[in-house]
Amino acid sequence: MSTTTKLFLQVTACGALFALNTYAVSADPTRYGFGEPASANDLQDFVSSLPDGRDLPAGSGTISRGKQVYDEKCASCHGQKLEGGIGDRLIGGRGTLVNNDPKKAPVKTVESYWPYATTLFDYIKRAMPFYMPGSLTNDEVYSVTGYILSEANILNGDEPITATSLSKVAMPNRNGFIPDHRPDHFKPADKHPRLR
Amino acid sequence: MSILDPNSDAKNTLKIASLVEAEEAFLAKARTNANSVYFSQHPIEPAQPVKGEPAKGVDPLQRPHNRRHFLASVAVLASSSVAGRAIAQTAPSPDGKAPPGAVWRSVPEDATKIPGVAIGEDGGYGTRSQFETEVRWRFGTKTPLSSWSMTPLEHGVGIITPSGLHFERDHGGIATIDPATHRLFVHGMVKQPKKFSMSDVKRFPSISRILFIECSGNGLTEWSKPTLKTVQGTHGLVSTSEWTGVPLSTILNEVGVKSGAKWLLVEGGDSSVMTRSIPIDKAMKDCFLAYGQNGEAIRPEQGYPLRLIAPGYEGNTHIKWVRRIELSDKPFMTREETSKYTDLLPNGKAVQFSLIMDAKSVITRPSGEMTLSGPGFYEITGLAWSGRGRIKRVDVSTDGGRTWRSAGLQGPILPICQTRFRFPWVWDGKEAILQSRCVDETGYVQPTLGQLIEVRGLNGPIGSIYHLNAIQSWKVDTEGRVSNVHYY
Repeated sequence: MSTTTKLFLQVTACGALFALNTYAVSADPTRYGFGEPASANDLQDFVSSLPDGRDLPAGSGTISRGKQVYDEKCASCHGQKLEGGIGDRLIGGRGTLVNNDPKKAPVKTVESYWPYATTLFDYIKRAMPFYMPGSLTNDEVYSVTGYILSEANILNGDEPITATSLSKVAMPNRNGFIPDHRPDHFKPADKHPRLR
Repeated sequence: MSILDPNSDAKNTLKIASLVEAEEAFLAKARTNANSVYFSQHPIEPAQPVKGEPAKGVDPLQRPHNRRHFLASVAVLASSSVAGRAIAQTAPSPDGKAPPGAVWRSVPEDATKIPGVAIGEDGGYGTRSQFETEVRWRFGTKTPLSSWSMTPLEHGVGIITPSGLHFERDHGGIATIDPATHRLFVHGMVKQPKKFSMSDVKRFPSISRILFIECSGNGLTEWSKPTLKTVQGTHGLVSTSEWTGVPLSTILNEVGVKSGAKWLLVEGGDSSVMTRSIPIDKAMKDCFLAYGQNGEAIRPEQGYPLRLIAPGYEGNTHIKWVRRIELSDKPFMTREETSKYTDLLPNGKAVQFSLIMDAKSVITRPSGEMTLSGPGFYEITGLAWSGRGRIKRVDVSTDGGRTWRSAGLQGPILPICQTRFRFPWVWDGKEAILQSRCVDETGYVQPTLGQLIEVRGLNGPIGSIYHLNAIQSWKVDTEGRVSNVHYY
């Protein structure tokens, strides 16, 4: 039997499976051979980092270089003191996350809320500066990441900022996240509802 | 107060204020529009049709083929002649401009007495009626390049959201991508990394499903007090479309998933290069890459040419403009899934990967800012949906939740899809509180806001921000005016 005929039969069988009106779509075992192999060259410019530092690109930066980059490229939106503006506030807010007062808001920043330093590199590299995303070199991104972490009193010193060092940074809210426990089980509703 | 004061939250306050402002601007316009559901509070003179012959120069038989030319000539007439003034009076917009998505045409006194518009005058792609004015309105962020817009649910009929009214959320503007040069890369823990052109993607066997997408931030203004006035404002970040594309399992099978791969990163090709991690079990079960929406190509603002559909998951995971998928053993912990789409509880812990949208319903008519014209019959109607399956039942209360009666459900009732409910009601002219409560096929019952707050707490004015799926209350006062209230 020729390859074409085999493929045709597989595809027909798979069509019959779909006709069962199931919404799970994992039943297709066919390989169609469409598309082309992606080369290392095709993939080299993509950035995506894991918290353990894998997939972060080569390069290194310093906090002092980071301040220059920040003042030039970031401060107009995030503020001279990283206090926020058009862009998010980046530092402060420690101790504000525990709160059940609807009149008092938690302050969620890189310093108080973000669990991984690698995320900061990843996000800046891909999506910042807002009006010129992807324009910073890896060294500039390592530097400005280091500067923000230093202003947040998380990092200091002259150690170069690299993939390895970022994966070792202990973020203050590293253990602040829990898995999804839903669906919730609700208590019976109030028998005497009223306007609130 | 210093901006570095840990108690200051200028940004969140600003967010809410600008939403209120955007809604007010919309309402101000809608209240003067005879075709708007918000019109009745401020009656104005009824519109007059055009008298006599069709205006010179716009004889339908001699209408210029060039539409721009035609529109320009009508605009001149509208501003200069008696007939023009009459035209303007029937226009939804007093300046004679058609609403977005429509073309302005003169309105004959009797459409049976002169021929209508020639086929093809629209260039081959239709428009909506010039009398229909509903639009998405945008949250007033400082830059429209990272913002969202809401679906006008109060105008909707049936369950499908018109593609042009599907809610929007993007973080770096709407990307313009030529499908001829677009590539989808799939790599990471796979046996053969591959790249696919859009024609490759479209050669695979396809599927279609009618599904809702809801932003998990839908209703974020409503946690601590009723804030926005209309259902578009309180619930407009949910929409339903028929999506067509290729199952992700087919694509993953094509590259060969390595054992140990547990998560995949899906990345958009817009300027925010949006990324989210999706569990591979979910990807294999029912995710697909959509290139079609409601029978045509997906709209640019919805991710043209390719969007991830993750049925029942929060809207942010439905990555638009998809250009890359990377497989890994662990989640990537991107900015959106750590610092943004996580639900902060009063104890300072935040729920992460709260991906599924729980069951929710809302009455869309009557709803906030409408006015009932007097005691008598009204059809209460609305939408119910659940990220966990089909809607099993919708109950409606007109007394604030003391008593409930089942609403009729319009079939087909599809899983992870909006379901239209209807409930006949005779208003006796007394104050009423209208509520709807849905149950999905897993037995999950939509909670009251009080029940939800007991579980989630109120960490700030916008609470835990995401996943507010509580029962909505609309108060009808003795004048028939409907308003957004908290009643539980």
